[in-house]
Amino acid sequence: MPSYDVMPDVQLFQPAEVDDALNLVDQYGKDGWILGGGQDTYGWLKDRAKHPTALIDLNGIEALHGIRETVDGIEIGATTTLREIIASPLINRDFELLVRAASRVASPQIRNVGTLGGNVSQDARCWYYRRGLACYRAGGNICYADSPQGMNREHALFDASRCVAISPSDTATALVALEATMIARSVNGSRNIAAEDFFVGPATHITNMTSLESDEILTAVQIPSRWAGSRFYFEKVADRDVWDFALVSIAVVMKMDGDTIAKSRFVCGGVACTPYRLLDVEKAARGKTLSDESGDAIAALASQGAKPLNYNHFKIPLMENLVRRAMRG
Amino acid sequence: MNPNLSRRHFIKAVIASSVAAASHTGIRSAGAQERHRGAVERLISLNINGRTRRVDVLPQETLAYTLRYKLGLTGTKIGCNRGECGACTVLIDDIPNYSCSTLTHSVRARGVLTIEGLQAADGTLHPVQQAFIDELAPQCGFCTPGQVMSAVALLKENPKPSREEVRQALSGNLCRCGAYDHYLNGVMRASGQS
Ligand SMILES: Cc1cc2nc3c(=O)[nH]c(=O)nc-3n(C[C@H](O)[C@H](O)[C@H](O)COP(=O)(O)OP(=O)(O)OC[C@H]3O[C@@H](n4cnc5c(N)ncnc54)[C@H](O)[C@@H]3O)c2cc1C
Ligand code: FES
Ligand code: FES
Repeated sequence: MPSYDVMPDVQLFQPAEVDDALNLVDQYGKDGWILGGGQDTYGWLKDRAKHPTALIDLNGIEALHGIRETVDGIEIGATTTLREIIASPLINRDFELLVRAASRVASPQIRNVGTLGGNVSQDARCWYYRRGLACYRAGGNICYADSPQGMNREHALFDASRCVAISPSDTATALVALEATMIARSVNGSRNIAAEDFFVGPATHITNMTSLESDEILTAVQIPSRWAGSRFYFEKVADRDVWDFALVSIAVVMKMDGDTIAKSRFVCGGVACTPYRLLDVEKAARGKTLSDESGDAIAALASQGAKPLNYNHFKIPLMENLVRRAMRG
Repeated sequence: MNPNLSRRHFIKAVIASSVAAASHTGIRSAGAQERHRGAVERLISLNINGRTRRVDVLPQETLAYTLRYKLGLTGTKIGCNRGECGACTVLIDDIPNYSCSTLTHSVRARGVLTIEGLQAADGTLHPVQQAFIDELAPQCGFCTPGQVMSAVALLKENPKPSREEVRQALSGNLCRCGAYDHYLNGVMRASGQS
C-alpha cells in the first residue's frame, strides 16, 4: 500500500464552543473526525486508510481544556495534553499513577500535543488493520493477525472475538485502575461512563475501541478521590523505551492496612482489547503483605484463562512477572 | 532554463505552481454560516522566527509542508512524515513539536521557531549549534536540525540539565547514524557543563 507525502483533501473546523463542535459532530456523523492532538489521526489520513471528510478540531474550545479540583477528586478536560498531566502538581500529589502512565506514552514531542481524550480514544494498532486491509475491525470478514501466517506477537491473550487486536492506550490502564469516569456529550445531552465500560472489546463492538457513539465527544475524565494518595505501581514493557506501544503493562492501586493489602485493583495493558482487570489476583492479594513470597504466591493467577496465539506466548510470563514486581515490598 | 536558477529554486517554483493548481480544485468555499462555526480561512498570518508571514494554507496542510514548500524554510527536515523520527521538530511557543504532525492552521496565533531562526542577526550561531560543531555531533546531519531544536527547548526550560535529563529531552529524535552520545556531549557543552 502506498504511503503519501501529503494529507488528503479534507475540511477543517476549529470551533470555539462545545455546542458548535457537537453540532458538527452530529451533522457529519461517521464522515466527521474529532481532532485532539492529531497524533493518532494523521497516519490514518496519510495512508489513505480512513477517509473522513471533515476534521473537527477541539483545541480552540476552552471548556474542554484544563485540570480542576472537584468536590470528590479531579476533572481533566479532554484536550488537556499529556505534557500538562505530567507537569500537574495536583495529579502528581493525588494520582501519580496517571503521571507515570502518561510519561511512558510515545515520545516527548507526541506527549507535548497528544491529549488525554485522544489517548483513550485512539484506535487499535494492529499492523494489518492500520494498513487499511479489510479485516473484521474494518468491517470485513477475516482476521489477518490470527491466521496461520499471521504475525501476532503484539496481539491479545484474552477476550478476543474474531479480532485479536489489543488496547494501545497507556493511560487507559491507569484510568481503569483509578475507577475514573468518562463524560461524553452529544447534542442530545451528556452521560457518564465508568472507565471500565468505556473501553469495549470486539465481542461488544468490533469496529470501535470505545463505547462512544459517532455523535459523541468525550469532554472530560473525572478521577474520584477514592484512590488518592494510595500505593501505586505502573510498569510498561516495550521493545523500545520511546515511540513504542506496550507489549504488556500493569497499573496497580493498593490501599494498605498497616503492612497488608486491604484493597487493590490490578489492570494489565497489552493483553486484551480493553484494559484487562486481574480479578483473581486482586482477590488473592487481599490480606497479603508486600513481599517476594506474596508475589510468587499469586502471580500465576494473572494469566489464567489466557489463549495465546502463535507468537505471543511470552506475554504470559511477562504478565506474571509484572504482578510479582508490583508485589515487591 | 536560466542557468543561474538553482535546482532548488526550480523545484520550489514547480511545487508552488502545482499547489496553486490544486487550490483551485481541492477546496470548497466556506459559506458564511460554516465560517461562523469554525471553518478555517485559507489566507492566514503565521509568526515564524519572529516575522509575520502571510500564506495561503490548505485546511489539511501540515506545518512541515508549509515551512518547506511554501516558505522555503527547508532546514526543517521530513524523515518519516508520521511522528516517528523527530527530523521535523520545531518549537511552537517554545515547546518541541513534530511539524509533520501539526496542522498549520493550529499554529495561527502562536510563535513558531525553526532552525533558521536560531542564529543571531550577525550570523553568530546559537550556543547549541556551536557546541554540536565543537563536539562533532552530527554524522550525516539529517537529524541535526531536529536535535538542535529539542536541545534549545530543553535549555530554555532547564539551563543546567543532567545528562539523564538531556537523554530524556532528546529521546523523541531518532538518529540513524547513532550519534546520540555526541549530541549529548554537545548539549552538556552548550549548558557550560563540560
Ligand atoms: C509513533 C507513535 C507512537 C505512539 N506510542 C504510543 C504509546 O506508547 N502509548 C500510547 O498510549 N499511545 C501511543 N501513540 C498513540 C497516540 O498518538 C497518542 O496516544 C496520543 O496521546 C493520542 O492523542 P491525540 O490527542 O494526539 O489523538 P488524536 O489523533 O487527536 O485522536 C485519536 C482518536 O481519538 C478521537 N478523539 C480525540 N479526542 C476525542 C474526544 N475528546 N472525544 C471523542 N473522540 C476523540 C479522534 O477522533 C481519533 O480517532 C503513539 C503514536 C505514534 C504516532
Ligand atoms: S518527519 Fe516528523 S517525526 Fe519524522
Ligand atoms: S547524524 Fe545521521 S541521522 Fe543523525
